[in-house]
Amino acid sequence: MKLGFSAAEEEFRAECADWLQGQMAGEFKDIKGITTLTAKAERRKEWEQQLAAHKWSCIGWPEKWGGRNATLAQQVIFAEEYARAGVPGRVNHIGIELAGPTILAFGTEEQKQRFLPGIAAGQTIFCQGFSEPGAGSDLASVRTKGRLENGEWVVNGQKIWTSLAHISDWIFVVTRTEEGSKGPKGLSFLMMDVKQPGIEIRGIKQINGDAEFNETFFTDARCPEDSMIGAVGQGWQIAMGLLAFERGVSTLGQQMAFRNELDEIIAAAKANGQAKNPLIRQRIAKAEIGLRLMRYGALRMLSNTDHSKIDGAALTYKIQWATWRRGLGELAMDVLGQAGELAHGSEYEWDVLPNLFLFSRSDTIYGGTNQIQRNLIAERGLGMPREPRGDL
Amino acid sequence: MEFVFTEEQAMIAETVKGFFAEHATSERTRKAMAADGIDRDLWSAFCAELGLAGIGIAEELGGAGLGMVELAIVAEAAGSQVAALPLLGQAMAAQAIAAGGSAAQQGEWLSKLVSGEAIAVCAGAEALNVADGKLSGSASFVTHGGVADLFVLGSGDSAWLVRADAPGVSVTAHTTMDQTRPMATVTLAGAAGEALADGAAALAAARQAGWVIAAAEGLGVAQASLERTVAYAKERVQFGRPIGSFQAYKHRLADMMIEIEQARSAVYWAACAVDEQSDEATIALHSAKSFAADTAFMCAGNMIQLHGGIGFTWEHDAHLYFKRARALQSMLGAGDWHREQVATMILGEAA
Repeated sequence: MKLGFSAAEEEFRAECADWLQGQMAGEFKDIKGITTLTAKAERRKEWEQQLAAHKWSCIGWPEKWGGRNATLAQQVIFAEEYARAGVPGRVNHIGIELAGPTILAFGTEEQKQRFLPGIAAGQTIFCQGFSEPGAGSDLASVRTKGRLENGEWVVNGQKIWTSLAHISDWIFVVTRTEEGSKGPKGLSFLMMDVKQPGIEIRGIKQINGDAEFNETFFTDARCPEDSMIGAVGQGWQIAMGLLAFERGVSTLGQQMAFRNELDEIIAAAKANGQAKNPLIRQRIAKAEIGLRLMRYGALRMLSNTDHSKIDGAALTYKIQWATWRRGLGELAMDVLGQAGELAHGSEYEWDVLPNLFLFSRSDTIYGGTNQIQRNLIAERGLGMPREPRGDL
Repeated sequence: MEFVFTEEQAMIAETVKGFFAEHATSERTRKAMAADGIDRDLWSAFCAELGLAGIGIAEELGGAGLGMVELAIVAEAAGSQVAALPLLGQAMAAQAIAAGGSAAQQGEWLSKLVSGEAIAVCAGAEALNVADGKLSGSASFVTHGGVADLFVLGSGDSAWLVRADAPGVSVTAHTTMDQTRPMATVTLAGAAGEALADGAAALAAARQAGWVIAAAEGLGVAQASLERTVAYAKERVQFGRPIGSFQAYKHRLADMMIEIEQARSAVYWAACAVDEQSDEATIALHSAKSFAADTAFMCAGNMIQLHGGIGFTWEHDAHLYFKRARALQSMLGAGDWHREQVATMILGEAA
């Protein structure tokens, strides 16, 4: 068991920090510190390309595909320095962290050549077409249909909560390709060009006034037959494999963003005197402890190479961070008091902490609600009987 | 960076887990509870046969080497069986003597503590008066104080060795809620005491080890509470189905696991940070002690609730875990105190 980093790794850290901080002080100064997912999307696409030009876009990927074959420790270090430097979140998070690794793991050589260079170069922005109006927590009840017609997949149906679809180039879609099938059987995983007449995107305004989510409508949308990852009917396995990548190294970058949020709360509490309130002190200490434990939980999960046993740290990670962050939003408002309820101008736009308070209500919902997480933990982690399926 | 057990650590974990599961049985623990709170056969096997009391003490001082991570592994396993052992006090006392004792003090005591020949305990003294090497004052809530041969008593930056059989030492054993770790009051009336060479270093080392052990025990208590409740959830049938199939039930089990995983990160982060002399060691120790003790209590409390009536009986072991967990919360600084230390580190002093 070892927590420290080697001298060579610390050197790598300095190199990362140096480059990232240089960028945020120079050419990309205008995007430093952005915390929403939608602000300055065009500039952030340029940032993706800047990362790629300096080979920082997907360092964990093989060199052949634009990565650096970076070790786990190096990926941890880069993710931490990325957020520490105040660099905004990746607009191509889904391409780099989910689509790319899925193609690497399950795609054909031809598919790798078709998609990976564009993702690595920051040219192809991806979004995820999983949820539907009738398939939220019960993801396997997807109804969007795909049928093969003259060498093309033709897709009809609707996806929802499609983050960043409006600025994306490609979408991966879980479709029902076997007529009359039910549940996880008969699903397939397709890669589709978003910019085609058969796909229509409508923004969904959220409680914080932002519109990062979308409804995505498919009306005879098309893609070539060889755009399927895996075989016909393997969509569920591919989708589950993809979700496992969600617990990768990027979680550490996310934690550094949380660090910045907690630091803002600490600064606000010091400024307005709440830092002397013993109850607030206890809650800030709890938040601090929770954040530290999140880091060490992630390091345990990432260090674990024995995949034969249930990894408790990995299984509990989502609900842990989501619940922690929702609590952080509540703590922020308790520290700010009524001042937190006032926008600066006439627009319904929010500073980091009030926005955190509002946005974090989604953390315990998307990617599997807390209730679904508890089912998964109890069933997979503790061997409790599965929830019976109804037949409505 | 590799935050998983090494092969050797995994082997130690397996060995001690097996040892406590086989020997620290409910029956034997209850016998110790009815007597003075020590299963002496278990303790002598622990010290003499397995050499576990030497963990965390350098080999040149007669210990087994290794560090806080290995000590945490042992304490976690002991906690998971609520073993009736003076492990905590012994380790704190040995750490104090190893870190702050003179060569002569180390030579006189460490091999006896490691072999189990003597039982020692470390505690804070109140209103300590020193005159001509004679100590007056008292120490309260001294765990396993009733059976100790040696007290390591701290006061300010000084630490003293006091033999239990020295004239002027009187020990009053108390009936204690957690009977696996009974407490005593030690009163000194002009008792002979020997100052440790470096009291501050001794007490710092004792505190660190104490927090690591308490946190690790808490982790063991929590994990065992969950495992026993999971087993019950599978076998107990009501309304024609195993009770573990009800969401109201299984979500509470999930909540236990979520806390336990964090407690596990906390315990081994703290132990590792101490071993590596990391800057984070202090915040890690405060985090681990407060978080793991609270987790132990949450899980042991849930064990009673989720067992229903049987969980409230003396016959069931749930109360052993519940009482140990409660004791862990109060000892060596309550959770609020540890969190206030964290708050001070990040917010500065309170007004």
